[in-house]
Amino acid sequence: MSQIPTFNAMPPNLGLQRALAMSPMEIVKEIADSGLKGRGGAGFSTGIKWELAAEAVSDRKFILCNADEGEPGTFKDRVILQEYADLVFEGMTIAALAVGAQEGILFLRGEYTYLRAHLEAVLLARREHHLLGENILGFGSAFDIRIFMGAGAYICGEETGLIECLEGFRGEPRNRPPYPVHRGFLDCPSVVNNVETLAWAACILQRGAPWFRKVGTEMSTGIKIFSISGDCERPGVFEFPMGITVKELLRHVGGEDARAVQIGGASGQCIPASQFDRAIAFEDIPTGGSVIVFGPQRDMLDVIENFLGFFADESCGQCTPCRLGNRKLLEGVKMLKAGTCSMAYLNELCALGETMMIASKCGLGQSSPCAFLSVVRNFREELMGRAHTLTHA
Amino acid sequence: MLMTEREFLAAEIQSLANKYGRSRTSLVPILQEVKRKYHKIDSYAMQVTADLLGIHPVEVNSVVSFYAFLGDRPQGQYVIRLCRTISCAMAEKDRVMRQLENDLGISFGQTTPDGKFTLEWANCIGMCDQGPALLVNERVFTRVTPESVHAILEECRRAFGQHATERKEVHLA
Repeated sequence: MSQIPTFNAMPPNLGLQRALAMSPMEIVKEIADSGLKGRGGAGFSTGIKWELAAEAVSDRKFILCNADEGEPGTFKDRVILQEYADLVFEGMTIAALAVGAQEGILFLRGEYTYLRAHLEAVLLARREHHLLGENILGFGSAFDIRIFMGAGAYICGEETGLIECLEGFRGEPRNRPPYPVHRGFLDCPSVVNNVETLAWAACILQRGAPWFRKVGTEMSTGIKIFSISGDCERPGVFEFPMGITVKELLRHVGGEDARAVQIGGASGQCIPASQFDRAIAFEDIPTGGSVIVFGPQRDMLDVIENFLGFFADESCGQCTPCRLGNRKLLEGVKMLKAGTCSMAYLNELCALGETMMIASKCGLGQSSPCAFLSVVRNFREELMGRAHTLTHA
Repeated sequence: MLMTEREFLAAEIQSLANKYGRSRTSLVPILQEVKRKYHKIDSYAMQVTADLLGIHPVEVNSVVSFYAFLGDRPQGQYVIRLCRTISCAMAEKDRVMRQLENDLGISFGQTTPDGKFTLEWANCIGMCDQGPALLVNERVFTRVTPESVHAILEECRRAFGQHATERKEVHLA
């Protein structure tokens, strides 16, 4: 099983003990000073998110841990939950202290049901040790966590889709604003954080913001956990500093001969070999940690056909650009594969992709054309004039 | 459905509603348990659930039809979900697919006539570094090969009793 050295080095619950001795504003400041940004991929400042939720006035607030890890090529949250669940629950408890929440929910994707028994056991042990419950470690704060199982929908990884599912509705994302920090689950202020973000929050409280800032770049501080798969010698979960170049990362996992790398999952960018000097960080190539390596033998049209099939299937269907756009792009890729797509139509598909990025309601439709557009941009000479095959679109 | 079966199902849903609380937030957990036990969520189950939660049955149907792990179509006792997303696809999931179809005699999206197995596609199940991967109900199998498909199916069949297996001389693990 993969190991994450930095997490291994963390003594349990030291961060929580430090947080209990601090005021909520001091906790928020520590996180803000660290520069921690959401590790799920969107990269929103965790400090600002906690600050907004702390300022919101309500007698009921929620900490929601987003463990609906559905992005293709991402599996680091599974490993974190399997091996460092205590760190995640500690992070949730610290978040609760910072914003004044009493209830926490771990939203676990249905595909990970086999993790549930272990997680329930960890929660039970934490209750027995008074790390959760009515009076945490005798400091008088109350907080508890329960697990909610997802039911097989990628879109529930979007924070408002996740909240809709919790409330018993179809996982159709809401318009934002209002943001969940103001009106989230049951209209109460809710912090929705990724599994890894919460684990890092616990580490930051333990070691301090300057420790976290020591690695990474100015805008993307700290270490990132990566899920690496595809055509490389050593796929798995790795930790690297933010700002690592694609080339360096490939050297570590034995994928130097790659022709392209998909960074950020199906909704991320497809980086061709000519751009392997670029850095993986929020200011250059943003990522939730998914890296899929494509070896020299791969046909990039197969890759985007797979991605667009995924999006056409997982679009929640409430807004037209996403519901129909992904289908049209998929159809277009099939035409390209069959050698029946005119240049004029390809240009039209690119325009459609750009429209989807502007007009879609949530991140799914706004990002699903990225891979298509970057393959058309970077591998254009391979796409046109293919031999006709029998598989017409 | 027999009257007694209906009454039993209704009582079951009622006790679930009491366990989770009679509010809309209990809807998904109730449906998940019904699905796990009965391998389907029929219109009667949806009606009973709606009555207990005080919502319109079409609201229940809208949720059932949205989620891949719910759905109103009856499924087999073992639902096999093969991951079709990129990393598993590059790891030759198509060969595993063909072997599953050959061994069970059904296509993806179908259930065996005896109601034991259903074949379905899954979108990324988070086992990208160990593909091809599949889920059998809640269990995960990784690095599946066409040859290991048979062993996975036999393990499920063993739960049905020995005479249900393809071969009598099963070696118990």
